[in-house]
This record gives sequence, structure tokens and C-alpha cells, in this order.
Amino acid sequence: MYAFRAFLNNLPNTFYKHFFPVFLLHFFLNLQPQKQAYSMKILVCISQVPDTTTKIAFTENDTKFNEDKVQYIVNPYDEWYALVRALEIKETSGGNVSIITVGPASVDAIIRKALAIGADDAVRIDMSPSDAWSVAKAIADYARGKGFDLILAGKETIDYNGSEVPGMLAALLDQPYIALASKLDIENNAIRCEVEVDGGIYIMRTALPAVVSAAKGMAEARIPNMRGIMAARTKNIEVVSAAVQPLVGTKKFALPNPKSAVKLIDPENMDQLVELLHNEAKVI
Amino acid sequence: MAVLIVAETHQGKFKKASIEVMSYGARVAAALQTSATALVYGNADDAELSKAGQCGVQNILHVNQHFANFNPVQCLHVVLKAIEKTAADTVIFTHDYTGRSIAPQVAAKIEAGLISGAVSLPDTTSGFALRKNVFSGKAIADYSVLSNKRVISLMPNSVQPEIGNGTATVEAFSEGLDAGSALSVERKAIEQKGGVPLTEADLVVSAGRGMKAPENWNVVEDLAASIGAATACSRPVADIGWRPHHEHVGQTGIAIRPNLYIAIGISGAIQHLAGVNQSKVIVVINKDAEAPFFKAADYGVVGDAMDVVPKLAAAFRKFKAAQ
Repeated sequence: MYAFRAFLNNLPNTFYKHFFPVFLLHFFLNLQPQKQAYSMKILVCISQVPDTTTKIAFTENDTKFNEDKVQYIVNPYDEWYALVRALEIKETSGGNVSIITVGPASVDAIIRKALAIGADDAVRIDMSPSDAWSVAKAIADYARGKGFDLILAGKETIDYNGSEVPGMLAALLDQPYIALASKLDIENNAIRCEVEVDGGIYIMRTALPAVVSAAKGMAEARIPNMRGIMAARTKNIEVVSAAVQPLVGTKKFALPNPKSAVKLIDPENMDQLVELLHNEAKVI
Repeated sequence: MAVLIVAETHQGKFKKASIEVMSYGARVAAALQTSATALVYGNADDAELSKAGQCGVQNILHVNQHFANFNPVQCLHVVLKAIEKTAADTVIFTHDYTGRSIAPQVAAKIEAGLISGAVSLPDTTSGFALRKNVFSGKAIADYSVLSNKRVISLMPNSVQPEIGNGTATVEAFSEGLDAGSALSVERKAIEQKGGVPLTEADLVVSAGRGMKAPENWNVVEDLAASIGAATACSRPVADIGWRPHHEHVGQTGIAIRPNLYIAIGISGAIQHLAGVNQSKVIVVINKDAEAPFFKAADYGVVGDAMDVVPKLAAAFRKFKAAQ
């Protein structure tokens, strides 16, 4: 220790001298084992959605979702499957996971949540997300030329249920699109996805770069730990502006007609149930 | 101006949803005072193709090939070539795997407004408006397409097809077929009991944790067999491995909208309802009279599944025999 201090004192008296221990620290950190050769640059698209238990109501003549007292969360498909799988890939092969979302400053809360789970950095496109096209176009314009190997998003958002943005993004970037993948693995410079369809599983392979939308099964949800939450506070959120004209507008929202009360049938009288299904409901 | 409908065949026969989308597309074309062309993707003989004419379609572009597997890159290119050929400004898909994969890509390529999962015919009185379900079935939205071009994916089992006696011209089509090499597809078959694909089924029998053990599913399968229904399950039983994952319906599983959904021993969590609340008629069998599912049900039976389900199967068989 004394020898180390003496060594420091003997260094020329510059700015460099004070930071020498920091350089040493960096040197040791860089000695971490170098993992797989190919390190991935991954972009995960996330969206803010109302919590699943939110009571749905509308304002402004039923043209706007009533945000009053609404608790927002990261869209589960984006968070549980797309983001977590991106982090798993980074943990095995190295690389960087960026998240991107479109919205005003109020969405920063869910960006911090995604950073706490482990994303490295974030981009917020400061624009009101009015339709899937405007969101996809804004993200594509940002991502083009930035060298992302893989773009991931959830298979749909649980609010407007579009399933639209990732496919549009792929088309705008001229990249192959694998929709609703329940498994995603990296094979050299390519991906292997499994997609569950009626009566079977498709195994799709394509070279990177590519766009994939994530369905259940791709990963297991993670809960951010205290270290992640602390680290997220200082991670960078890059804010970029964009303006894209939407191609679809909302005319009106409505709530479905309330269900009439359930008709209870005596468990000893299943013939009556069959009769009702035939004559009243007319489904058999 | 023209309407292009993307329809698929499976083993030489139109899928049920393809009949629906062809009829729907023909009616959209009529409302827009233009013609409807069906891009028929997959092999079919003349008799089968004539069904497109009966749905009101005027022209058929037939990609007469047996596709062992669905290649999204190839399909996208074939559809884009067909749009070019027909000068279509309205492109209509079924909201199934093909529609969910291809429709957004086509919409972005031709800069068209996209309505995915539409459940109504368009209102063309002023502009072009369509209805769809949002917030996982908890609300309905009317959207208007602002662009001159539009892409629609139609939710299966939402608009009844109208079958007439029209005829359609048939032209073989193979443009874009050479474009699939960027992506390779293989298929792993999984065993499916009953043979009715869940998303295509009119009748679905579904069961959950209330069944107590996987060996008790024989009564559920017997009930399904009694009316030719597909079987489904809730998330917990798929997660603990009692049932295969592809049977899981709900928010994170698959969303279905059959004519009849019979839920046995499923409490009716909001996430489960999100996947089934578009069913036309819901029957709930649960021994807990307080189960939230009863609030979403049309008919309910409070009783033990092992006792009620065999009785219901017997009643269905008696009804079938009498018909």
C-alpha cells in the first residue's frame, strides 16, 4: 500500500495522477472473461399500457381513454418476454440492450422500470403515439443506420391490441419479420425462432438483422432488484423529436353492452341446458 | 381502385375464416363500387375455387401450390406482387397468423392505414370507418382510416359470410414465389386430439384447476367429443403441465371467439376472460357459486364438475340422437 502511494507521488503532478487508481480499476474490470465473439446490439420497443385491472372509461365525448387515476405499467409482452429475452441474450453473448418508446415525458416512469430490469440505455421519441403507423415510422426513422442486429417487441399491447408496430417496423427497415415467437435463440449471425400455430410449431430461421415479436414462453418475467433500481436512476434517456402524420384516427370508443344476468340451471337437469342452447341461444 | 382479399387453403380446402373474409371483401368492394379479387394461397381444385365466386368475388389469382409450411417473407412478396397487378387500394386479410404477420408489413409498404382485428363491415357514409375490440375485449373502438389506401385484418367468426351463386374467373399466379430464401421454415407437429384447431372451432370445451388432477380430463374430452368441440384450458393447468400450452386460452395464450364456450372449473380471472369474452355464448360449470366467471356467463351450473360434466355429455348425446 505504501509502495503504491509512493509510486503515485512520484508520478508527474497532473490530472492523470489523481485518476490513476480509477484507470487501474477500469483495467481490472476489462479483464472479465471475453465471452462469445459476436456481441449483439438489441433494440427493444416498449409501450406504456394501463394496468390490467384498470376500469376502462372514456372522456371528451368518448373519443379519449380516461387516464384519471390510471396506473401505468410496461406492456407485459414487451417487458416479460421481449426485454427479458434481450437481456438473457446479452448475458450469454455480450452486447447492448437499448429500449425505445414513443410518448411524452410522462412515460419516463415506465422507461425507468425497464432500465431497472437491466436495459443499458433508453430512447424516448417525444411524440404523441396516435396510431401504429406513426409509432413504427418514428422508431424506424430513429433505428435506421444505427446497426441494431435485432429489434424485439411484444406481440401486441394489451390496450389497443394492434399487433401492428413490429411488422410495420420490419417492412420500413426492409428486414425479415418473425411474428409471435415463443422461443428465440441466436445461432451465429442468425436467429432461430419457434412459433406456435394450430396443430404445430414452426421453426423459423433468418439472418440478422431482423425484427421479432414476442409471445408467451420466450422468457420468464423478472422483478427488478434494488441494485437495478438504483442503477436505473442514472442511466441515460435520450430524447429525440419526431413528427409523423397518422393514417388512422379514433372516431369513438364504447363499452360493450352489459351482459344480462346468468341463467342458472339445475345440475340435475342438463336436458334443460341443452334445450336452451339449441332453442334460445341457437348455438347447437 | 380495387379490393384484394388474401385467402388460404389447407389440404385443398378453404379455411372457414377464408370463406368469411372472401364474402366480407366482396361486400366491401360492393360498398366501394369496385371489384374484388381473391388471392388464393395454396392448392385447390376448380370445385373448391368456385366457392370464391359464391362468396361474391369476381376474380381469383391462384397460387396453386401446396405449401408445406408458411413462409412469411415469401407470402409478403406474393401479396405485394398481387397488389401491384390488381392496383388494389384495399387489402383484406384474416386476423390469424398470416394476417398478424403480413398485414402490418403490407400496410407499411404501401403506406396504408391498418385496422387489425376488425369485427364489422366498413361504414362508408363519410370516409371509411371500422369497428374493433380494444382493451382485451373490455371496450369497442370505431376507427376511421385517413389514408386513401387501407389494409384490414378481419377477426374470424365476427361477420357471417353470405353465400350466393356468383362465379369468378381464375388466373394462375406465381409472382413473388421466388422471394422466400431469406427465411427458412420447418414444422414440428404436435399431437392434437379431436382434430379441430382451437381458433377455427365453433364449439369449445375448456377446463381449469377445478378439475383437481390431469387424469380427470377424460370427462372433459368426452364432453368435447359428444358435440365435436375442441378442447382448451386455463393458464394455471398449462403452467403446471396438466395440459399442453397450445390449449391455453386467455390474455397470454390465444384469444378465441367460438359460438359456444363451456368453462369447467375455471374461476374466471380477468386475464382468462380477455381471451374468451368474445364468445357468442358462455356456459360456466363451477362448484363455487361465487366464481367471478358467472358474471360473464350466459348460462351457469353450480355443481361438481365430475358429476355435472358426464350428465351434460349424456344430454348432448341424447339431443344428437334425436335430431
